[in-house]
Amino acid sequence: MSVSVQREAFDVGNEIAALTGNKFDIGAVASFVGLVRNMNVEHGEAAKVSAMTLEHYPGMTEAALEEIVTEAHVRWKSLAIRVIHRYGRLEPGDAIVLVIVASAHRGDAFAACEFIMDYLKTRAPFWKKEEGNGAEPARWVDARDDDLTAAARWEKRE
Amino acid sequence: MTIKLLYFASLREALGASGEEMALPADVADIAALRKHLAARGDAWRALTQSQSLRAALNQRMVGPQAAVVDGDEVAFFPPVTGG
Repeated sequence: MSVSVQREAFDVGNEIAALTGNKFDIGAVASFVGLVRNMNVEHGEAAKVSAMTLEHYPGMTEAALEEIVTEAHVRWKSLAIRVIHRYGRLEPGDAIVLVIVASAHRGDAFAACEFIMDYLKTRAPFWKKEEGNGAEPARWVDARDDDLTAAARWEKRE
Repeated sequence: MTIKLLYFASLREALGASGEEMALPADVADIAALRKHLAARGDAWRALTQSQSLRAALNQRMVGPQAAVVDGDEVAFFPPVTGG
């Protein structure tokens, strides 16, 4: 299991290969990649986004991600987990976040991957600031109630 | 008693500060009291008691208003997170 918080881009294929290499008990790999969209659908008529800057809380971010990954590992029978979250200025089409879960069977890999993303959204200390068309100042993205609902459904199963 | 304070994102911008070292009065013993103490500075600082959504972290873990604050602690205040 490993977690990285970095400015640099990542290569999904390389990360999957590194995670699964020489581990022949793995039967399933699920991955999620989050990208920067060119519009924010929350702002009425979709507002254009030309770039965004991600700020985070160094130290707490890594600790929060490690805790989420450890919980996923305990709740599902994962064999390997990799999480990368970027910070700094990103543009539409750039990848922000990567989650890879490897397990013996697909059910555990899918569930753990979704759980990690849902918890990351509400517990990892990152904040996004969006730039629009340049006419208005950059705006901080609001937290979404949908994300809280998504995270809460994993609590009910305990 | 001295603590380290950190402010992030929109709160950092509103306060015009990313953090500070602060000598803590003896009667400020938990997060709720610390919020009141900072809010007493007025202006944008009042958000610390007025904004229901502002989160607190104590030594890099999210905590509620009753969490005890002691010498050497790191306390951070920030808006709800929006990563992923």
